[in-house]
Amino acid sequence: MSSLHLAAAIDHPGVYEAAPYAELALLAEGGALDFVTLGDSFARPGLDALAVAARLAPGTGRIGLVPTVTTTHTEPFHVQAAVATLDWVSHGRAGWVVEVSETEAQARLFGRRRAEAPEQLWQEAGEFADVAARLWDSWEDDAEIRDVPTGRFIDRDKLHYVDFEGRAFSVRGPSIVPRPPQGHPVTVVDATDPWAREAAARHADVALVRSPSLTRADAARAELRGLATRFGRDPDTLRVFASLVVDLGGGEYAAEPGHGGGPLPTAEGPAYRGGPVDLAELIADWHRAGAVDGFHLTPVEPRRDLERLVNGTVALLQHRGLFRTFYPGSTLREHLGLARPANRYAALAGEPS
Amino acid sequence: MTERTPGKQIHLAAHFPGVNSTTVWTDPRSRSHIDFSSFQHLARTAERGLFDFFFLAEGLRLREHKGRIHDLDVVGRPEALTVLTALAAVTERLGLAGTVNATFNEPYELARRLASLDHLSAGRAAWNVVTTSDAFTGENFRRGGYLDLAERYTRAAEFLATARELWDSWTPDGRQRPFAHHGRHFAIEGEFTVPRSPQGHPVVIQAGDSPEGREFAASAADIIFTRHGTLEAGREFYADVKGRLAAYGRDPDDLLIMPGVSYVLGDTAAEAQEKAAEIRRKQVSPQNAILALEQVWGVDLSAYDPDGPLPDIDPDPGSELVQGRVKITDPFAVAAKWRALSEAKGLSIRQTVIETTARQSFIGTPDAVAAELAEFVARDAADGFILVPHLTPGGLDDFVDRVVPLLQERGVYRTEYRGATLRSHLGLREPAGKG
Ligand SMILES: Cc1cc2nc3c(=O)[nH]c(=O)nc-3n(C[C@H](O)[C@H](O)[C@H](O)COP(=O)(O)O)c2cc1C
Repeated sequence: MSSLHLAAAIDHPGVYEAAPYAELALLAEGGALDFVTLGDSFARPGLDALAVAARLAPGTGRIGLVPTVTTTHTEPFHVQAAVATLDWVSHGRAGWVVEVSETEAQARLFGRRRAEAPEQLWQEAGEFADVAARLWDSWEDDAEIRDVPTGRFIDRDKLHYVDFEGRAFSVRGPSIVPRPPQGHPVTVVDATDPWAREAAARHADVALVRSPSLTRADAARAELRGLATRFGRDPDTLRVFASLVVDLGGGEYAAEPGHGGGPLPTAEGPAYRGGPVDLAELIADWHRAGAVDGFHLTPVEPRRDLERLVNGTVALLQHRGLFRTFYPGSTLREHLGLARPANRYAALAGEPS
Repeated sequence: MTERTPGKQIHLAAHFPGVNSTTVWTDPRSRSHIDFSSFQHLARTAERGLFDFFFLAEGLRLREHKGRIHDLDVVGRPEALTVLTALAAVTERLGLAGTVNATFNEPYELARRLASLDHLSAGRAAWNVVTTSDAFTGENFRRGGYLDLAERYTRAAEFLATARELWDSWTPDGRQRPFAHHGRHFAIEGEFTVPRSPQGHPVVIQAGDSPEGREFAASAADIIFTRHGTLEAGREFYADVKGRLAAYGRDPDDLLIMPGVSYVLGDTAAEAQEKAAEIRRKQVSPQNAILALEQVWGVDLSAYDPDGPLPDIDPDPGSELVQGRVKITDPFAVAAKWRALSEAKGLSIRQTVIETTARQSFIGTPDAVAAELAEFVARDAADGFILVPHLTPGGLDDFVDRVVPLLQERGVYRTEYRGATLRSHLGLREPAGKG
């Protein structure tokens, strides 16, 4: 059985200062969680999620920091630079949740284009993720040489133009930011929406699925792995997490023993309501059945539920030997058991032409 | 003793020495210009020195020379606002200023990122509005293309005005109103989703020297970052810019003028001069000397000996040899001036470049440098300085240890931060905000 992965949302609606976010991130780090996420959209009240993640980087040590970044009205060149920079300031703990902006209201905040169908937006999001990865490869790891005798600071043969032509944008490159510590920061896609599934199977390191039952989660994972294989990927390089909203305010055990009928569908996705002990049971069951590689949990009451999650659910899973008690590595890729990607341009250069 | 306006205090800022021709990366003390530890070291040093702010420049495409990526100076940098937001976690009072282009960004997104930085730093954000636009940089962006100088500044001015409408769409008492802006460059409407930030509006810096740039600064900026670093040029620039403010109903104190300057300290004047000369030799390597010449001449001069005389051929004014740099407007005049200098003093190519490309530096003992800085401010050549050290990241250590205490003794520099926000360090009013 593959190792279990856990992530938590630390969104804090209505909070515009750093301290409460830092408190939650440190709490999650105390539970050795793989990463924390911060949601974002141009339409929801709140701070820029990537900025919050950057603010949390120096005060945390191991936990992955994964803000949502939207791809519809933003510039791929700026976004990849910001995500790469998050990886630099966090010493290899950055990821991003790729999202699209579907509404006309969001389009009007920019005034550049009309709202488009999700199908098109997700195609663009896939190209966005693709060009970001190319830009992260546009510097080889050892491009900086500081060669005093020749006066050369970099070896320009190790910098590459990406010359990307997409449907909605083109980018020349190379990036202005050297290749980040993880090579590629971790790409996360919520693959629940059918349009997002292809982008997830092609580009995601972690796919989130909002499935209300073990069997549905299992089917979603199988579908994503099948698609990944079809796109020429090793499916074992894709982690599939079940996303659950959790309300742990109900005492030690669920109101209905044995987590009853499991999570209930809500507007925010499947929601689990009950105690931390039963949540541990559910996590252990789904994972043991091979239906998921991990869980992404969104507490309804951030401070209370994350505390119960870490000190209750996680502690129990650790006690049973189902979840790590410390971080064996330091980067988010290491937590997830994902290799540091080879540089596509370096590989090309190494081939006889 | 020079005349001194009583009470006129010096403002200081720290420029992170990364991508610029000042940075001496060959020095053994030179460290990474990418690792966060370098940013943290310089920022904490600046805060120890009670500086107003820490400053990051921006470049959105790697410079090219002869169609290939320029490889002689420091290349590459992290994205400014992300670094600054991380620095907010390891500093407490220092202002955090990022350069962000108004030509290749959109007001809603950038206003949101800047307001987020202001919240997450508890009121320490600043934005240096630059416009640099050429089709070369544009190749990395959706809107692509090229805007001419005048168009760039009308876009920048409308961009900033729009950002302010967004920041003002939340009242100081926390009420939110929808915004609608319909102008020449932007037609946007909706709701701004970040409440009013601690400074109301982040501090706005302008860096650009054309009449259009100065007018934009006079109308809308809180600080100008300038290259006029000599006493005479500084006084002229200062008078010109401060004179433009009244037309916009602003006070001379509403806009601070801060030239970017470098400095070299020594125990004696002679030692400082010797160190400065050594730094210049490292900044202008033989390869860099030829490159500087090619930037003026616009033709391949690689066959010339950097230790030999200047070429006697004419510049090619239409050349696109160097991309991603501010173009030299009259290469013939520059070439003629350099040739005259080199002939008069018998200078080689490299020596000529060393002489002509030096920016104003404050060179001397800590006492002499402190006196000179104070004189510049007292005589209205500047309101303060953006220090551009030549070493990453330790380039400010000696200034903070040796010059700052002398400025304090002279009574021209703060001995503690009095307020918490960057606006309070700068003595700027908080924008009123609309009720
Ligand atoms: C001191 C100084 C610093 C500047 N720093 C930057 C920078 O970091 N990034 C950038 O793109 N442009 C920078 N610029 C360029 C200006 O913003 C401006 O685009 C350019 O000077 C052309 O405008 P102008 O003709 O008004 O001078 C700087 C200019 C000055 C004078």
